[in-house]
Amino acid sequence: MKDMMRGADIVVRSLIAEQAELIFGYPGGAIMPVYDALYDYHEQIKHVLTRHEQGAIHAAQGYARVSGKVGVCLATSGPGATNLITGLADALIDSTPLVCITGQVAAHLLGTDAFQETDVVGMSMPGTKWNIQVQKVEDIAPAIAKGFYIARSGRPGPVLIDITKNAQVDFGAFNYVPCLGFRSYKTHIPIEKTAIQEAAELINSAERPYVVFGQGVVLGKAEAELKFFLDKSGIPAACTLLGSGALPQEHPNYVGKLGMHGNYAPNLLTNQCDVLIAVGMRFDDRVTGDLKRYAKQAKVIHLELDPAEVNKNVRAHVAVIGDCRESLSMLTEAIENKSYPEWMGKFRDLEEMERSSVVQHDITPTKVGLTMGEVVHQINQYKADDAVLVTDVGQHQMIAWRYFNYKKPRTQITSGGLGTMGFALPAALGAQMFDYSRQVICIAGDGGIQMTIQELGTIMQTKAPVKIVLLNNNYLGMVRQWQQLFFDKRYSFTELDNPDFVKLAEAYGIKSQKVSERGDLQEAVEDMMIHDGPFFLEVVVEKEDNVFPMIATGCSVEEVRLS
Amino acid sequence: MKRYTIFVITENFIGILNRITIIFTRRGINIDALTASESRLQGIHRVTIEVTVNEDTVIQLVNQIEKIIDVIKAFYHEDTGVVYQELALYKIPVTRLDSGLEKVIREHNAKIIAAEPDFVVLELTGHKEKTQELLEILKGYGLLEFARSGRVAVAKRMLTIDSYVK
Repeated sequence: MKDMMRGADIVVRSLIAEQAELIFGYPGGAIMPVYDALYDYHEQIKHVLTRHEQGAIHAAQGYARVSGKVGVCLATSGPGATNLITGLADALIDSTPLVCITGQVAAHLLGTDAFQETDVVGMSMPGTKWNIQVQKVEDIAPAIAKGFYIARSGRPGPVLIDITKNAQVDFGAFNYVPCLGFRSYKTHIPIEKTAIQEAAELINSAERPYVVFGQGVVLGKAEAELKFFLDKSGIPAACTLLGSGALPQEHPNYVGKLGMHGNYAPNLLTNQCDVLIAVGMRFDDRVTGDLKRYAKQAKVIHLELDPAEVNKNVRAHVAVIGDCRESLSMLTEAIENKSYPEWMGKFRDLEEMERSSVVQHDITPTKVGLTMGEVVHQINQYKADDAVLVTDVGQHQMIAWRYFNYKKPRTQITSGGLGTMGFALPAALGAQMFDYSRQVICIAGDGGIQMTIQELGTIMQTKAPVKIVLLNNNYLGMVRQWQQLFFDKRYSFTELDNPDFVKLAEAYGIKSQKVSERGDLQEAVEDMMIHDGPFFLEVVVEKEDNVFPMIATGCSVEEVRLS
Repeated sequence: MKRYTIFVITENFIGILNRITIIFTRRGINIDALTASESRLQGIHRVTIEVTVNEDTVIQLVNQIEKIIDVIKAFYHEDTGVVYQELALYKIPVTRLDSGLEKVIREHNAKIIAAEPDFVVLELTGHKEKTQELLEILKGYGLLEFARSGRVAVAKRMLTIDSYVK
């Protein structure tokens, strides 16, 4: 005998069946039956009420990124649903598994411009891995089962399930059958042995091979396999923004970070390697610079799960399509034990150049104003090995990425592909909600933090002990830097008159402090890190500081500049 | 730039056509013609898309289409790789029927498929060049309405749809 229950109960029971423990959401008319059902299941599944649906979805992203689980998000129809769009686009481009459930007006009202009706399925189609509208109670559980399967399998991504109100209130049978696959969607691609053989031959005969790795290593849980591959091959390796943490930075083969504001050597030497081995990365334009002048001298081996990424931006001489955890192991077997002291030496020489001309200025400055780099450097002194760094978008993001000492996978959470300002505060909240005992440090700028600053209210209510560091230069700093370098210092609408952030944080009951002198920095960081509970630290930094190295738009990786 | 025919074998779910077409929209590519109908296997649809792009682009399009969760398989062919046909209908006022028009119908192998008190409907199947040629002539006969289908095509390759549907 099957249990008969309301569609709303089926929604909640299905989420529980998928081992969802936490939902981020915001109630409203069309989703109220589900909220009513949640009231009965609060011991099995928790819900965090954010202050805006965008906050809910970014929190779900933060939760998913730190945990590796599917983030779950709940919103009502109309504006509730449209407020999720930015987060969906962000999760799609950064391969973050999410299941978002939106309420919808009753089926008989669809297409009538009913109150809070919007075509969210149509709107979110290009911003989701998959979406569906459910109009009948019996279709709810299968849609949720399929949604979770799609979100977490293959290359992860966001799923949206729109459920009409009649389906939520109608009674139906609940008999949860998890999805294990279906014919149009292949999640496992067997690795071609010939491709491994060809790749190994290229690697074994290379003189200056070079590994560039991305988030695919983390998503594929291939951190150990990458390390074994590098240990045996002796090949220098650099990471993308989202690949940070996949390899401990103290690993002897680690040479730094790629991209527009990455490190000097990894960018410059991309155009000197003879074999380029790309692992779980998609050759984003912020990594490649001008494609016509990107690694043209090199034979390219691309280890990638998503066939659509192969040959999209950079042509692969050998494409190894499939899970990089499998392909890296197979490749490690097939290659010779080697080292490249001369080639590695080139990286180290250029690293030294970067140290003396950029890093020293950034972390041990001689000028009066505080730099963003020295703040991050101080945080490193107090952070735990598994501390999670959540950043927003802009100068602080690049500086924090450059100087934060990543030691573990899933310790880097930032909006990479979409560059969503306002991401950090809610994402940090979500990451912290996964584990209150982990250090979660949110670094944001004065522009971005104000886009979602209402989530201080959620931090207040949940008491999530997030350490919020505001690097305040009273500018939209990255845009200002571009205006300085490429628009003749015409600072068009980038200067901000800001509120008293400390008072603001205190109004939310969050302990806070403001630092503007170098002498006070260390103690303030220490106070923050040892504080039991959320903490808001505002650091007033140099107004017009720039992030270097930099590859200007349209330039080649070898044109990376130090100043 | 070349003319390509893209075949998409897909589940018949709501919105699938939208999912496919936004891949073109996003890249600012115009679809020349599109035909969709059920395939010989129940529940599986076949979409035929005609597009004029370069080969790199058609490869990206096919990769992105195939990435759609509910799409089973997508592939592309040049014109030489497919056998295709199009259908055109021409509506002509009865008053313009004369021996000249009869000759045109005969020469083009067109058919009269409907005769109403006020008009007749001619049908011609053939490649676009042929249906276009007749269109130009019939403009001189007071053509009232013209409609042309997208391309209906089969691949020359000896692979069947069953090999993709497992």
